[in-house]
Amino acid sequence: MKRLVTAMMLGTAALALAAPASAETLRWAAAGDSLTLDPHAQNEGPTHTMSHQVYETLLHRDMAGKIVPSLATEWAPTDDPNKWEFKLRPGVKFHDGADFTASDVVFSLKRAMLPDSDMKELLASVSDVVAVDDLTVQIVTNGPNPILPSNLTNLFILDEGWAKANGVEKPQDFEGGEETFAVRNANGTGAFMLVERAPDSKTVLKRNPNHWGKDQFSQDVTEIVFTPIQNAATRVAALLSGEVDFIQDVPVQDLGRVEAADGLVVRTAPQNRVIFFGMNVGDADLKTDNIEGKNPFADPRVREAMNMAINRDAIRQVVMRGQSQPAGVIMPPFVNGWTPELDAVPATDVAKAKALMAEAGYGDGFSVTLNCPNDRYINDEAICQAAVGMMGQIGIKVALDAKPKAQHFPLIGGYETDFYMLGWGVPTFDSEYIFNFLVHTKGEKYGSWNGTRYSNPELDAKIESLASETDLAKRDATIAEIWQVVQAETIYLPIHHQVLNWGMKSAIDFPVQPEDQPHFKYLTFKK
Amino acid sequence: MLAFVIRRVFQSVIVLLVVGLVAFSLFRFVGDPVENMLGQERTQADIDRLRAQLGLDQPFPVQYWRFLQNAADGNFGMSYRQGRPVTDLLIERAPATLELAFVSGLFALAGGIVLGIYTAIRKRGWLANFIMTASLIGVSLPTFLIGILLIWIFAVELGWLPSFGRGETVRIGWWTTGFLTESGLKALILPSITLGLYQMTLIMRLVRSEMLEVLRQDYIRFARARGLSERAVNFGHALKNTLVPVITVTGLQLGSIIAFAIITETVFQWPGVGLLFINAVQFVDIPVMAAYLMLISVMFVGINLIVDLLYVAIDPRLRADRAAAAK
Repeated sequence: MKRLVTAMMLGTAALALAAPASAETLRWAAAGDSLTLDPHAQNEGPTHTMSHQVYETLLHRDMAGKIVPSLATEWAPTDDPNKWEFKLRPGVKFHDGADFTASDVVFSLKRAMLPDSDMKELLASVSDVVAVDDLTVQIVTNGPNPILPSNLTNLFILDEGWAKANGVEKPQDFEGGEETFAVRNANGTGAFMLVERAPDSKTVLKRNPNHWGKDQFSQDVTEIVFTPIQNAATRVAALLSGEVDFIQDVPVQDLGRVEAADGLVVRTAPQNRVIFFGMNVGDADLKTDNIEGKNPFADPRVREAMNMAINRDAIRQVVMRGQSQPAGVIMPPFVNGWTPELDAVPATDVAKAKALMAEAGYGDGFSVTLNCPNDRYINDEAICQAAVGMMGQIGIKVALDAKPKAQHFPLIGGYETDFYMLGWGVPTFDSEYIFNFLVHTKGEKYGSWNGTRYSNPELDAKIESLASETDLAKRDATIAEIWQVVQAETIYLPIHHQVLNWGMKSAIDFPVQPEDQPHFKYLTFKK
Repeated sequence: MLAFVIRRVFQSVIVLLVVGLVAFSLFRFVGDPVENMLGQERTQADIDRLRAQLGLDQPFPVQYWRFLQNAADGNFGMSYRQGRPVTDLLIERAPATLELAFVSGLFALAGGIVLGIYTAIRKRGWLANFIMTASLIGVSLPTFLIGILLIWIFAVELGWLPSFGRGETVRIGWWTTGFLTESGLKALILPSITLGLYQMTLIMRLVRSEMLEVLRQDYIRFARARGLSERAVNFGHALKNTLVPVITVTGLQLGSIIAFAIITETVFQWPGVGLLFINAVQFVDIPVMAAYLMLISVMFVGINLIVDLLYVAIDPRLRADRAAAAK
């Protein structure tokens, strides 16, 4: 027994000596872990966050959300409107030393278009990718695509040779019954290299000494240790106790505590995500209401009255503790097409709303069920509870049905809800993305998240025209026209834009990225 | 005897099959995994394709039958969430949970016996009364609250112990252990207390009442009359006779320690099978949920089977023989 104890002590001492203490190690925690290191297998925020450290894309959204060159240095549409040309950065090497060339781009984008890829929808307009020479790539689209570049900011480039040598020409598939090599191994061109990966437990990255941008980016961080900590209280405790240096998603009730702590700071910025309610405006009768043979939501006056009844300031102050930005449109402020006029918050006017209800023939109100997620957005269920009270003021008796996201979202896709909450982020930073999914009539290619049953063929035609309109001024005009209709018809009830809170040591200088994507190559330590 | 064993094993298999069937019929209410697996840009065609590929378009008895067929081959399928074989995930996570369960079981047993004896011997002392009152709090506070409280005191305020994770681990073959590093041992303290506190108070109360019972027996009085020291009476005679039921209960509680580790693991971000299960529920990762539930039911059924067989094995005559040999 004594010998065993001695052996344990020696082992401990050896490990203590082996671990190099470095001042520039960043210990980072967030609620969710990356699901896989295969950059085309999951189209999901935390997964992209990790991939962005190790892999790179042709174009990149910086910490302000602006598109900047990454592996491509220049890009422009060619004389043929169906072709975009990208000039690649010379002299870039993958972590294993292989050269980055046009064939890697062709291989990676084609890989991302395979059926098993989760990223293929972003390349749905692409018909082919061609290497013109070693450092030039052309992307061919079916018809002109003026906003192709903004679809490329999460499409990561792998090394063709590495992928083929390790049998990962395809993104993960669930039939094979085997883990593919790319799930826990990575070879990118990014500013950080993978050292250790234990899913749901710990990921260690170290600075890439040969990164092409080592003079351009601060690269103060030499090592990143990432730990997912799901429980919000534990995550905050880890920051307060100094065990981690940086956390994403500080819960709103703990903001004050982190702010008050010595040496810690919370940085806040509006997020690329808007929260709103949708209603079944299309069916002849609602399933969950008490009015027979009629659909109250089909009447625009009822929708307008509901829009007026929601007190967005009260939700901001009481439910969100000041951590939201009331919204007048279902579009985050970064998106092309956003104007302050559109986002002007409708004034709360219960008397006028009641008058509208009476005018529509629902002076006695009606009852309906509101479906709400309870683990997806910040305080989602509490927002719905607040809305229930506000709807009650104009006679709409709302029964709240809050469920986990895995049960909530299928209701929207399956047309099983009459009144629901949804949040929407816009990865392309363009209105077309919102229209395609939320406004266009639901069909094979469009409207997959449009649970409102709203259908307007004239509007649909305009939305479809956006995809190939190369005259950007004309395109923006069409976008503005579509928004006019969406606003006038009150198809959705906007609530607010979510606000992001990152907690960190005050010695860290790091702005909040609107997509909740910390790119650590930009992080600097205050000297 | 053999007939009895065969009958019990047969019954256990039936129980397992029923547990699996109930689990599979419940999975449809947890949500739709496809919704989590595809990004927000997914089309209806993607949903249908993936659902067919995963066999989710089949009625649940068919899904269950397929699961059984594959499980018979030792294949529990691929995790929807991580794209890795479920068997690998469980093997990778098992050491963390087993080490935690072992340490908290040890803590519960040692702490429970010591405090139980103390409160039995000094049953009117103020400290014993205090311990008894405090144990009520231990029983009634929910695990996650105890965990958060401990984190608050020992990690945030005092800064002595880590608030999350396993610390540094050492790999021995496929097993990873936290016993060999300082940070690993430190990381074990708070989760073990959190997980073991309920069991400790349970064992303490059991030991105390058994001990009080035994101390009233005639042979203890005779031992005292013979002039044996208090120490010899309490530990040599009384304690030995209280341990039989304690060991039985502890054995049965070991199963619940492993099963209840879910909450403790979530609070402390302990990378064990409980955390894996919670993540699987949130993601509707059916293969992981199914494998975990089957594993836990195998464990409980197995423990009960062993206990039942032991009852048969412990024949009164055997007991008499052993008692005679001890003298």
